Amino acid sequence: MTTSPTSRMFNVRRYAPETGAWGKLMDRDSAVRKLDWPLLLSCLALSLLGAMLIFSATRNRTELNHGDPYYFFLRHLLNTGIGLALAAGTIWLGHRTLRGAIPVLYGLSVVLALMVLTPIGATINGSRSWLAIPGGFSLQPAEFAKITITLGMAMILASRVDAGDTPHPDHRTVVQALGLAAVPVLVILLMPDLGSIMVLGAIILGVLLASGASNRWILGLLGTGVVGCLAIWQLNLLDEYQIARFAAFANPSLDPAGVGYNTNQARIAIGGGGLTGSGLFHGSQTTGQFVPEQQTDFIFTVAGEELGFVGAGLIIVLLGIVMWRACRIARESAGLYGTIVAAGIVAWFAFQAFENIGMTLGIMPVTGLPLPFVSYGGTSMFAVWIAIGLLQSIRVERPVSASR
Amino acid sequence: MSNIPETGRTSRVTARLVAIQILVFSLLLTLGGRLWYLQIRNGQEYASKARSNHVQQVVDPATRGSILDSRGVPLADNETRLVVSASRTELLKMKDDGKAVLGRLSDVLGIPEQEIRNKVRLCDAKTPQPCWNGSPYQPIPITDKATTQQALQIRERSEDFPGISAEPTAVRRYAAPAKAETAQVLGYLSPVTDEEIKKAEHTRSPLLRSDQIGRSGLERTYDSALRGKAGVTRYEVDNLGRVIGKAHSDPAVPGSNVITSIDARVQAVAEKELLQAMKDARLEHDKNTGTNYKADAGAVVVMEAKTGRVVAMASNPSYDPNAWVGGISGKDYAKLTGKKSNYPLLNRATQGQAAPGSIFKVISTTAAVNAGYPFNGHYPCTSSFNIGSQVFKNFESENFGPISLGRALEVSCDTVFYNIAYDQWKKDGGNNPKHPADWFYKTAHQFGLGKKTGIDLPDEVSGRVPDRRWKKDYWEANKTGWCAQGKNADDYVSKIARENCESGMKMRAGDSVNYSIGQGDTLVTPIQMATIYAALSNGGTLHDPTLGKAIVSPDGKKIEKITPKAHGKLPDSPATLKQIDSALAGVATRGTAAWRFQGWPQEKIPMHAKTGTAEVYGKQTTSWFATYTKDYAIVMTISQGGTGSGASGPAVRKIYDALYGVDEQGGIDKKSALLPVPESSLPVIERDGTIQAQPVEPADDATDPSADGTDQADGTDQSDQADQSDQGGDEG
Repeated sequence: MTTSPTSRMFNVRRYAPETGAWGKLMDRDSAVRKLDWPLLLSCLALSLLGAMLIFSATRNRTELNHGDPYYFFLRHLLNTGIGLALAAGTIWLGHRTLRGAIPVLYGLSVVLALMVLTPIGATINGSRSWLAIPGGFSLQPAEFAKITITLGMAMILASRVDAGDTPHPDHRTVVQALGLAAVPVLVILLMPDLGSIMVLGAIILGVLLASGASNRWILGLLGTGVVGCLAIWQLNLLDEYQIARFAAFANPSLDPAGVGYNTNQARIAIGGGGLTGSGLFHGSQTTGQFVPEQQTDFIFTVAGEELGFVGAGLIIVLLGIVMWRACRIARESAGLYGTIVAAGIVAWFAFQAFENIGMTLGIMPVTGLPLPFVSYGGTSMFAVWIAIGLLQSIRVERPVSASR
Repeated sequence: MSNIPETGRTSRVTARLVAIQILVFSLLLTLGGRLWYLQIRNGQEYASKARSNHVQQVVDPATRGSILDSRGVPLADNETRLVVSASRTELLKMKDDGKAVLGRLSDVLGIPEQEIRNKVRLCDAKTPQPCWNGSPYQPIPITDKATTQQALQIRERSEDFPGISAEPTAVRRYAAPAKAETAQVLGYLSPVTDEEIKKAEHTRSPLLRSDQIGRSGLERTYDSALRGKAGVTRYEVDNLGRVIGKAHSDPAVPGSNVITSIDARVQAVAEKELLQAMKDARLEHDKNTGTNYKADAGAVVVMEAKTGRVVAMASNPSYDPNAWVGGISGKDYAKLTGKKSNYPLLNRATQGQAAPGSIFKVISTTAAVNAGYPFNGHYPCTSSFNIGSQVFKNFESENFGPISLGRALEVSCDTVFYNIAYDQWKKDGGNNPKHPADWFYKTAHQFGLGKKTGIDLPDEVSGRVPDRRWKKDYWEANKTGWCAQGKNADDYVSKIARENCESGMKMRAGDSVNYSIGQGDTLVTPIQMATIYAALSNGGTLHDPTLGKAIVSPDGKKIEKITPKAHGKLPDSPATLKQIDSALAGVATRGTAAWRFQGWPQEKIPMHAKTGTAEVYGKQTTSWFATYTKDYAIVMTISQGGTGSGASGPAVRKIYDALYGVDEQGGIDKKSALLPVPESSLPVIERDGTIQAQPVEPADDATDPSADGTDQADGTDQSDQADQSDQGGDEG
């Protein structure tokens, strides 16, 4: 973390500023060299792996791919490209710059989320969580809300701590932060998008944990969640079929035609893969289209069937690298703000990945959540890459460079 | 600011971050563990689930091989019918589930639309017939009686009939060449049972629900050869059952052809003559019962004497084997198997058993000679024989004085054999036997009685030799009933029962005496007697009778010949055989069968015969006629048909006439002879595997045996006036 003798040697060279673009890029202090490459490459690997799996899952789904087997494949690559650009833009702006724009971004995301509830919103798979925009595209504002809630809460929670006024956010600050999170959460509850609510819950928990807020808040929040669930269950706020659908992951016979079918087929696909899988494009469950939503929520089943334990395990390992690097960035951040943001992103990615893979493996209830980087879906892809941009920018601006 | 580190983290935050990290990685570890559990631990189970999920088998049934006669004439083959079938998966792909297509099909075929729709629906617990109970991926047959024009309409307008095919399909046909139905010998096919499907499920030749397998006769014995190997195509299907690829394909291998020793022309003559003999018998008056003979069943076997191969085998009542093709109707089934049916499915030649009567005397003669009674000794042929108060009549002949065993055979003198049998019984210890030699019973076993001949037809019965062991077993099984019945009344039946109760476990003198002339509890089948008389002809070899001669692979390249096996030798010395042989020739020339062989060219074709008339308690007598030449043995029997030569004689004579081309004056016309020498070679098998069939002229005035075959034996059939010229001398 401190300046080494070798770096001093290079420092001498810095008196003659680099003029060439490559030189600038390769400059020791350039953002490019300070990027967390394992993180970036893991995300890129996941995205490209996702492209292949999506291709395998959709090349035969003529009713979806408009007759073009490469439809989803190319779009996923395009989404990845846009995501990379968004990440680069985020790094270029720097999270400190963005910090000033948080109120605007937050407001924008709430407005977008509200728009879903207006006639512009579109209902897909029983959940009104989409915004149809001209040109046949659609947006899922909840994805952006994941970022703005993280940023907004981090801003409020870290402001006084980073200013050195207090070692931990006080109760008022926590209340303010929770208040800020509550607005988009309520809007998304109205859609309702249960999966996103669960992710937001995980993010809020992660953010509060990392902020150093009092344990009472953490336990209180967890307690509220448990009591809320019990209340919903006990007060019969949900119809029986909704509960059955929720519980079908554990017992497919509760909803044999719907969720139970999905879970069952997903489990057959993954289980059938064995150690090395049937080979890309050779999975009978995949080519036979036995698993619904396979290019989005159930993309992990393609990996499980066609790439086997080795390939599916690789996805988990790559996700593990992403979490590990993100946790490191959280630990090494220059300020609490960066720590909170990074921790929020860790909570987000970790919960969403666990929920998504867990539901294909039959250990989590089935909700409509994409697997970060791997699943097909533009908004999700953009959101996770923006998150990577944020992580990188926190890393780029960490103390080692600040002390130069 | 000193308490706030530069990184913005307090120890609390650091601890929290560590907690988050631990939590995150334990979640990932959970996923990894679950993944291992599903893929590695239970991988096999899920892999097989995935397979059954997406692989569907379509079975292409193999063309069943033909059953041919010894000259290549098909007795059972396949005919091509136009079968219109619908592919369910194709229909379901349509927006209206194929309703429009089925509607158009209904117009073309002239079958009501509802009926077609019923036929293509899948069977389940709630669906009544008709419905399809086969694989939903298998084309479902709608009709097998489409005309060429209908088929053309469907094929030419294929765009109007997606998923509908009109294909020529092989359907079993029993062509009855020369009107030889050969019904019981060929057997029949019927649909497989669930158990059979299950059994064959994982074999190389899985069975379809729509499959047929041989149920009886040659169709059953040679089923595995005839059936071939069904082609199996495994299709990969998607979640909607649409075919997305061909996973594996085994082409169908057609079944082999089976060449038999049956000669369709001889078979036709045998069937016709058997039917005629039975009809004639029904015109005969039975003095014992005061009614006409019932002649309710009969059988005839024509066997190659030197090999045991069966040239013709007829059983009556008979039926049309085509009734089974394409599924038998309930009405037809009742007609064939119901209580009133008289069981035309039974092959009386191998499954019918009766007491042999005097044709058994060749066995008694052998037993006597082997027991030490010289063949040419002098044995009194009296008109009756007494044991105590019991009188045993000389049924088939009169008082001839002392005669040799040969003469006793010729005139079928019962008392000669009574005497010897009684003598033997006494030697064996009488009612208190001590190490009995039991020559008569031993000899019967040596002749192959009491056990199956091993003919290549299923469900052959073994007959019975009522020896000491059988008597004991039988008594053990029945004594309770006999003893109970014997107590009650004093009528004939009760008296017999009482006697049986008291001494049924013993070999009584009367049993042995009766047994020696083939009466009593002895049971034989026509095929057993044919085997024995063929052995008398060929010098003493008892063959396993065979019908199958060769199994020829569909391409004709592999010919698996079926060589006749011997299962024993007659226990006769060559000298005794010769003596019996000449005695049996005497039967045909001057004995009980002579009147049936008047004008027979005995010098050119020496004929040997033995007549038999077996008593059956409560029924009319069974007619037996056992004959042989150097080439053939023919045995015929008619249940409740009268005497041996009387009922069966003319028929057997006519079969010989046809075989050798003998006319009424005794001249031999080689041209009209059907088979003067047994066919020893196989028909010509061409290079493409087809087997040349030699022409068959339909037997000119042959009546259709099936039409009348199932007639009830009520003796009312007066329409056919048959020759019933003279009554023979063997009435008894």
